[in-house]
Amino acid sequence: MIPPAFEYARPTSVDEAVRTLAEAGDEAKVLAGGQSLLPLLRLRLAFPELVVDVGRIPGLSGVREDGDTLVIGALTTHHDVIRDPLVGRYTGLLAAATRTVADPAVRHRGTLGGSLAHADPAGDLPAVALALDAELVAVGPQGRRTIAAREFFVDYLQTALRPDELLVEVRVPKRYGWGFHYEKFNRVAQAWAVVGVAALVRRDNGHIAEARIGLTNMGATPLRAAASEAALAGAPAAADAVARAAASAAEGTRPSSDPSGTPEYRAHLARVLTRRAVLAAAGGE
Amino acid sequence: MTGATEREVGRARLRKEDARLVTGQTTWTDNIQVTGLLHLAILRSPMAHARVDRVDVSPALERPGVVAAFSGRDLAEGLGSLPCAWPVTEDIVLPDHPPLAVDEVRYAGDPVAVVVARDRYAAADALEAIEVDYTPLPPVLDLEASLAEDAPLVHADKGTNRCYVWPLATGEDYASVKERADVVLKRRYLQQRLIPNAMEPRAVVVTPLPASGEYTVYSATQIPHILRIMLAMVTGVPEHKLRVIAPDVGGGFGSKLQVYGEEAIALTVARRLGRPVKWTESRSEGYLATHHGRGMIQDVEIAATREGKLLGLKVDLLADMGAYLMLVTPGVPILGAFMYPGIYKMDAYDFTCTGVFTTRTPTDAYRGAGRPEATYAIERIMDELAVELDLDPVELRRRNWIRHEEFPYPSVAGLTYDSGNYEAATDKALALFGYDDLRAEQQKRNERGDTVRLGIGVSTYTEMCGLAPSRVLGDLRYGAGGWEAASIRMLPTGKVEVVTGTSPHGQGHVTSWSQIAADVLGVSFDDVEVVHGDTKAAPQGMDTYGSRSLVVGGAAVHQAAVKVVAKARKVAAHLLEASEDDLEFAGGVFSVKGSPEARTTIQEIALATFSSHDLPDGMEPTINAEHVMDPENFSYPHGTHLCAVEVDTETGRTTIRSYVCVDDVGRVVNPLIVEGQVHGGIAQGIAQALYEEAVYDDEGNLVSGTMADYLVPSAVDLPDFVTDRTETPATSNPLGAKGVGEAGTIAATPAVVNAIVDALRPLGVTEVAMPCTPGRVWQALKEASA
Repeated sequence: MIPPAFEYARPTSVDEAVRTLAEAGDEAKVLAGGQSLLPLLRLRLAFPELVVDVGRIPGLSGVREDGDTLVIGALTTHHDVIRDPLVGRYTGLLAAATRTVADPAVRHRGTLGGSLAHADPAGDLPAVALALDAELVAVGPQGRRTIAAREFFVDYLQTALRPDELLVEVRVPKRYGWGFHYEKFNRVAQAWAVVGVAALVRRDNGHIAEARIGLTNMGATPLRAAASEAALAGAPAAADAVARAAASAAEGTRPSSDPSGTPEYRAHLARVLTRRAVLAAAGGE
Repeated sequence: MTGATEREVGRARLRKEDARLVTGQTTWTDNIQVTGLLHLAILRSPMAHARVDRVDVSPALERPGVVAAFSGRDLAEGLGSLPCAWPVTEDIVLPDHPPLAVDEVRYAGDPVAVVVARDRYAAADALEAIEVDYTPLPPVLDLEASLAEDAPLVHADKGTNRCYVWPLATGEDYASVKERADVVLKRRYLQQRLIPNAMEPRAVVVTPLPASGEYTVYSATQIPHILRIMLAMVTGVPEHKLRVIAPDVGGGFGSKLQVYGEEAIALTVARRLGRPVKWTESRSEGYLATHHGRGMIQDVEIAATREGKLLGLKVDLLADMGAYLMLVTPGVPILGAFMYPGIYKMDAYDFTCTGVFTTRTPTDAYRGAGRPEATYAIERIMDELAVELDLDPVELRRRNWIRHEEFPYPSVAGLTYDSGNYEAATDKALALFGYDDLRAEQQKRNERGDTVRLGIGVSTYTEMCGLAPSRVLGDLRYGAGGWEAASIRMLPTGKVEVVTGTSPHGQGHVTSWSQIAADVLGVSFDDVEVVHGDTKAAPQGMDTYGSRSLVVGGAAVHQAAVKVVAKARKVAAHLLEASEDDLEFAGGVFSVKGSPEARTTIQEIALATFSSHDLPDGMEPTINAEHVMDPENFSYPHGTHLCAVEVDTETGRTTIRSYVCVDDVGRVVNPLIVEGQVHGGIAQGIAQALYEEAVYDDEGNLVSGTMADYLVPSAVDLPDFVTDRTETPATSNPLGAKGVGEAGTIAATPAVVNAIVDALRPLGVTEVAMPCTPGRVWQALKEASA
């Protein structure tokens, strides 16, 4: 587990980090909490010439309010996300899903921004960001830009971030009165999800007014279960109606095959877990 | 000085070694630093099977920090074939096994070249510079297909992939017994390949003393004594110039009961260069090149009467050897051969094992080694037979097991089970489990058609362990003996050194051996130190595997201590001017019967012997003693494990709801250590049932190559275990102990799978292949309802 040789830079500001990335062209990788990048380096699956350690740049962690938006610094660790009172109050789904990430050691080092920028479709948080309609703020040589989550995840381990851009914050709309649930199905506690379903449900008078469903590990990117969402809009918050809607949860997905499951099994799981997640979310508030 | 008053054996002592093991403030092989140390890195085959056309290590020599690099051909001179110490038949096919491949690679991970550099980073980087040309050859992966006439060969020069055929037919003739049977069931079970996963990866350090030609080999091994002999034979370094040290070793589970190519390579490179070298594997490297376990196809046939009396059992095994025969590769299935009849009486037994070469990592001993496979097969098919006969699975077992009063009992496979009480263990387990209540709940839920089904699994087992009788091992063509040595040194200040030939790698021998010695010698537990794992300090030994350490090595400590007391008694009688027969010995004190003021302690005698000013005439000035133990029989732990599972029929997920075991491991020296062994064993048994499998693709690449894909459960994935014991002493050793290292692993796997099949049987499922992943359970349900 010896990584290949690389240069190492530790910028102390976002500007310096961006400059460093720009100079390196395509050959740099950003190091935040290291829980995804370091294994890739040690397994010699990644060969960056330069590792830019942004871990000590001040101001990139913590949670604050900005009107109707919650702003979470990209370097906020999973552990801090779980414990943050603002996250708990306004976007409980994120806290619930983050609690299922790996193990305590990983949660103490790994960061929200790192997890999203790594864009592993089997990771829990990309699908959650998608369900939350989060926005991701990147800083590059031309300044800041905001990328919607649905445009951020481009392909397997690929995002809309340019090589010279640094993800600095995650903006999540505050939600009032939404039920939520993250249904993760994995084989041992530390393992990645075979399939995961993130559900947000707004109820109105015994009906589901609106549902947002993110799918973990059902394709090369995190996905929304759009057909199920459409079927749920206006449906009764009852088991049979939810089950009918969940039956289309795997539409448009392209899950992979590995020793933990065939694509067919994953599609089946997506349907079962969507039903469970939506019912839990609908009964939650 | 004071002696001990409370009996040590049977006390739940905290382990002496834990302070240093748990904090890591000890010597692991990879921690060893020596001036001038060089680091090895090994280039491995990326293909399952290929001809090696060219290896050019010279570009690696250009890399910074590189001192040397060798191909297989470079080292071939002076580096012999790796040993197989268990050629199970006379006509076994024994292929050459060069530590570094020369002409051909035969599994993904087969070593091809080695780089020696000043640090491990430079060594790892330089591997990428080595040029190798391969011509791909067809992989050999399917155990049945590889035996066909025109199958591609793993070892072309041998003309066959069939390594050996080992038959055993005992009792009456199986075919005629089968004819009088009312019921004959035939089943096929698959034992998936497992990766042992010791916490500490393999590591080796070799320090040469060029002036005298001596070498010290530090290795994370279970077998320093056997390793010394074998390394001498493989490398040509004379045995008396080799010292092997197993420092603290972080687990093995059989994977370090091995003589590895890397150990021989490290010694050879140190010898060539006259410099100390170190090699430590990474986890993913270990997955490729540390031996695997299991890997069998089991065809099992059982014959019985309508009343449920077993008549006979027929077993045909195909056992995956992997690419080469390592230390005991061919013998592992043979260790199971005698155990397929389990705890049951029957008239005929017919067993055949065919060893098969494949282009995969070699297999060898993994916790239980042959016996978990055997227990799985018999316990699974007993459940199937119970269903066929409409009997409760416990009742079917009860009708067939050897009754307590029938011991010692000659098993149909030819062993003599010396003691056991299956009734007591089973009754206790059933009560703890609440068997009848669970059955009632199960019936209710089945009738309701719950989506989450309850299943109950039974596993009764025995095992042959405490690998001992040298004569029997000889009959089985095993290369080594089964004895174990211990010596006891009474130090002049009253402290005690116990020198053992066992080589603990997590078992707590330092604690248990201290307890045994303290009791016999009447000294304090804290006054005993245990010396082990160094061929210079503990020169005689057969090392640690096969649940043998306590029953052979611990018993040797006991017998050596008895000899010390006998010698001390002579000195005491002399000093107290009494006859030996008039002396009493208790709590470390010799006293004269009837005059308790006339007394001396064993510590005083140790000092008196050191000065030797006043010893009995003709007595050698020592009360130290040694003993080599070679029991007449194996030991036979047994027990009953019960598992209740909830199976979610929508997702296929199995959740263990309760797990009860009652084991009989004979007399217990340290209940805490026994408890730990049982917990760990069950965890590994459950892991085979639910989680673990070394998966290969069609090209022979290991797909489950990291811990992200090879799922080892942790404590949070496992239920609370309810453990209890019965205690029926073994008769083959003075401690009455039977061994506990493998019991849990042997018993747990069929308990879990029986429970899963029991849960799903009303839905038409009769078999789920291991590991019973949610995906496989779902698939089985889908097929059953189709």
